[in-house]
Amino acid sequence: MTTKKKYPEKWTELNPGCMVFEAGSAKAHKTGSWKAQHPVWDNRKCIKCGVCYIYCPEACVSRTEEGYYAADLEYCKGCGICAHECWPGAIEMKEEEV
Amino acid sequence: MAKRVGMEVAIAAAEAVALCRIDVAAVYPITPNTHIAEHLAEIVADGKLDAEYITVESEHSSISACCGASGAGARAYTATSSQGLMLMHEILPIVSAMRLPVVMGLANRAVSGPLNIWNDHSDIMPQRDSGWISFFAENGQEAVDMSIQSFRIAEDPEVMLPIVLNIDGFQLTHMIEALELPSQKEVDRYLPPFRPLATLHPDKPVSMGAYAFPDIFTEVMKVKDSVLIDSKKTILKAWDEWGKQFGRWYKPVETYKADGAEVLIMTMGSMGETASIAVDELRAKGVPAGLVKLRLWRPFPFEEFREAIKGAKVLIVCDRAVSFGGPGGPVAAEVKSALYNDAGRPAVLNFLIGLGGRDVTVENFKDILEKGVQAINKKPAGGYIFYGVRE
Ligand code: SF4
Ligand code: SF4
Repeated sequence: MTTKKKYPEKWTELNPGCMVFEAGSAKAHKTGSWKAQHPVWDNRKCIKCGVCYIYCPEACVSRTEEGYYAADLEYCKGCGICAHECWPGAIEMKEEEV
Repeated sequence: MAKRVGMEVAIAAAEAVALCRIDVAAVYPITPNTHIAEHLAEIVADGKLDAEYITVESEHSSISACCGASGAGARAYTATSSQGLMLMHEILPIVSAMRLPVVMGLANRAVSGPLNIWNDHSDIMPQRDSGWISFFAENGQEAVDMSIQSFRIAEDPEVMLPIVLNIDGFQLTHMIEALELPSQKEVDRYLPPFRPLATLHPDKPVSMGAYAFPDIFTEVMKVKDSVLIDSKKTILKAWDEWGKQFGRWYKPVETYKADGAEVLIMTMGSMGETASIAVDELRAKGVPAGLVKLRLWRPFPFEEFREAIKGAKVLIVCDRAVSFGGPGGPVAAEVKSALYNDAGRPAVLNFLIGLGGRDVTVENFKDILEKGVQAINKKPAGGYIFYGVRE
């Protein structure tokens, strides 16, 4: 297997219009490092309504095997929307530790 | 066979666009749009053209819809004017960055405020750095011809860039002119079907308009610049083939009686016709005057421009937009910077004329040219002049 270059080395190597022909390639960019806060779930309060899953603008919340929800923190931006929308108050935003 | 017609230029431009068999027209259906949009709607509604005519709620949406349509593989067209173009501004550089060959017919009109609506070039000038190819038509025939040429150039695989065709509002769009409309067969011969680089289709996923981090953005800008510069080759080829097929020849910089002229006046768009009469009259009196018309605004045709003005002592640049608090009109500023390193460069006089529909007559051009003649021996002060401003 050839190792793929992360970026084209020269400007002449770019695809026209910067088109990306590989589906789902944004996964390679772990943009979660931007966040200043992260969500923490308290599953005792969770009613499994899935609202956090629907509202997350990053689509990084997914359902766990037990039917609860969890964020993939490698992509979570810490926007707090999930915590804001969770009406039983099962999600709390915590500061990132430096 | 081409047909000779007497037709309003905006209507003729719409007919030309229809002959290009566009798939999508997305336009804001009322003011500030012109008959270009209205007549296209008629052509589609009458079933003469199998196209999707999208009446959107703003020009921000019309250009966005064209962007999407072009990404999906459709030949897309939009038309607008003044404020409409200002509203499109945000999307223009996105279309060019995505290499989508959308074509726009722009009826040039003054930008508010104050509200004016008449002809000048203050709408196109702020869009200069959007990465679009930008042409100026001088008369109705050119508006027709260049509408068709635009699709061929924009969609060339070496180019794949959007094009804005500037057609002076009112002075051209609202005039009835005698012109030749090519036949469908002739246009089909000149313009091949659109072959997009990629299309948005679920079977073959592709991301268009992806995000660029700082470590790649400079390279992307370099590509955008070089593709636009290189497009001149394709433009010249397309114009050459147009000339061979239709007998009407196009050049990036047109000249009229410029040979041996000591004073040259430079115009863009419809004013060239009036200025040429002034040149005729002065030449008849033995004044060494000539005319240079800039057809290609972007990419700026540096070589052709230098060639056209070679030997002139004074170059008068007529700007139809103001760069407030700047070095002069936008065209003069570029011309001066283009000439900066040339040892034998002419003195440049800059007049701001024809603003917001102010009529510029043959007499005005003669007066301006005579001011140029005076500057042969007396170095002009520099700066710029609001021609005819009431003091
Ligand atoms: S929104 Fe709150 S209650 Fe609903 S699934 Fe998510 S965490 Fe549980
Ligand atoms: S904080 Fe924002 S990005 Fe992170 S999981 Fe919640 S909604 Fe998604």
